[in-house]
Amino acid sequence: MLNNFFKKTKYITVSQQSLRRTEENSDNKPSIPDGMWVKCGSCSKVLYKSDLDESNKICNHCGYHFRLNARERINITIDKDTFKEFDYNMISDNPIGFEGYEEKTKKMKHQTGINEAVVTGMGRVSGTEVVICVMDSNFMMGSMGSVVGEKITRAVEKAIDLKLPVIIFTASGGARMQEGIFSLMQMAKVSAAIGKLGEEGLLYITILTDPTTGGVTASFAMLGDIILAEPGTLVGFAGKRVIEQTIRQELPEGFQKAEFLLEHGFIDRIVPRSELKGTLKKILTIHDRNR
Amino acid sequence: MEKLEKVQQMITNKLDNKTAWERLSLARMIERPTALDYIDRIFDSFLEFHGDRYFGDDPSVVSGIGLLDGNPVTIIAHQKGRNTTENIKRNFGQPNPEGYRKGLRLMKQAEKFNRPIVCLVDTPGAFPGIGAEERGQGEAIARNLIEMSNLKTPIISLVIGEGGSGGALAFAVADEVWMLENSVYSILSPEGFATILWKDSSRAKEAAEIMKITAKDLKGYGIIDKVIKEPSGGAHKDLDKMASAIKKELIDSFGILKKQPIDELIQKRYDKFRGMGNYIE
Repeated sequence: MLNNFFKKTKYITVSQQSLRRTEENSDNKPSIPDGMWVKCGSCSKVLYKSDLDESNKICNHCGYHFRLNARERINITIDKDTFKEFDYNMISDNPIGFEGYEEKTKKMKHQTGINEAVVTGMGRVSGTEVVICVMDSNFMMGSMGSVVGEKITRAVEKAIDLKLPVIIFTASGGARMQEGIFSLMQMAKVSAAIGKLGEEGLLYITILTDPTTGGVTASFAMLGDIILAEPGTLVGFAGKRVIEQTIRQELPEGFQKAEFLLEHGFIDRIVPRSELKGTLKKILTIHDRNR
Repeated sequence: MEKLEKVQQMITNKLDNKTAWERLSLARMIERPTALDYIDRIFDSFLEFHGDRYFGDDPSVVSGIGLLDGNPVTIIAHQKGRNTTENIKRNFGQPNPEGYRKGLRLMKQAEKFNRPIVCLVDTPGAFPGIGAEERGQGEAIARNLIEMSNLKTPIISLVIGEGGSGGALAFAVADEVWMLENSVYSILSPEGFATILWKDSSRAKEAAEIMKITAKDLKGYGIIDKVIKEPSGGAHKDLDKMASAIKKELIDSFGILKKQPIDELIQKRYDKFRGMGNYIE
């Protein structure tokens, strides 16, 4: 007991500078204003927003692909100044009279700057004219209701008219509950249009982006002649929780990730974002009907 | 005498004006006639065929060929169990991808032999399992949707119980989609709806009313083409009568559909689904 009585206790000398540094490291936030930094969803490293934007929203530490909104995706896929948008003004009605649905869609429009969960149109990809549809998971989780179904169907029908290939970027939490059975029917409607596209011998490429689930997976997402996916993308039909609850088992490692689908034979290639436009160019060149 | 009439009227009203939950309960009850109950009574010479030729045979889907009033047809159906043991064997009518692929195989064969197709739909939904995802549940459903949309033979789909979302739709892209009076057809179950919306699956009853899942609702929206009335109290009260009614409708409608040139038929089928959806431009 007496041994410890006269032991000199060690103290840490703290300077003003080191105090500040400790503070910074302890809660992992640099002392810059909010909204200018982002934490990587995969490796948890802190990234400056401007750096992230410059790298097409890919974490430069671990390669994690952040989600893009529709405009961002179109900007990096379609050649500058060639994009012509279709059906810009189309908005949802309320087919089953769901309470609060109109308010919700108005709010979403305000929040996201787009009118619905898909942007459709045409433009050039490295010189080749295509019809393109890009879903946006920011708008009500990218859920598919009548408008998504109608816009995509019209885009596909336009492609049939103009004899153009169709590229669709999918991103969806599934069918839109608020439109009930009308949402379910969009699966059949869009699939039928894709069927017609195929009968005309026209190319259909889908690029599965994070997340692609539910009624979108079980319809046009999995009908591409060529199906590509970004690395680490969640792709599945049933939701993880529903599966866990049903079978009461733990799910295997990497379940419902793009890599899992590749292994099981359901997608053609996983393409990192930085290589996507190049890959599309190659595919479009090989499929060029004027060769 | 007046009182008696009033009481009779009340009973009829009660029986006819069921709530969505009441109809859902009828659609789900264990006594509800299943596909095989109808197949036995409606078709002659029914031969069940098995397997998707790639992976396995799904017991939740019954499919085969037979005769409808002397005319060859292909029959595809979701099959639930008539008791718990059977339900486990039939996976409660929840198909895996091989079930949809078996159905598609037989539908393509029907096309080859110019045989009309009858689909009997009765499923809580496609099975949400690991194997199902591994074998491409989404792809299997999607493939059925696209193939059925331009299949060169008449197709009639009848929801005899539960039309559970994409798992039902995969057998319901047809020239005519019908429902039995007490059947339901929905984007997801009311329990699922209540969970997602209100984090409370016990509010399923409320959800059922909001979701508009009954035959009457869907006929009103133009989503389905015909509602077939059930015997008072439900199909299970008089199975023979119910089967008879269905048989007559099938014979009459195929008679009309078969007369149409196939290109016209397929265009009409396309237009039917093409017109579904409400939006504002």
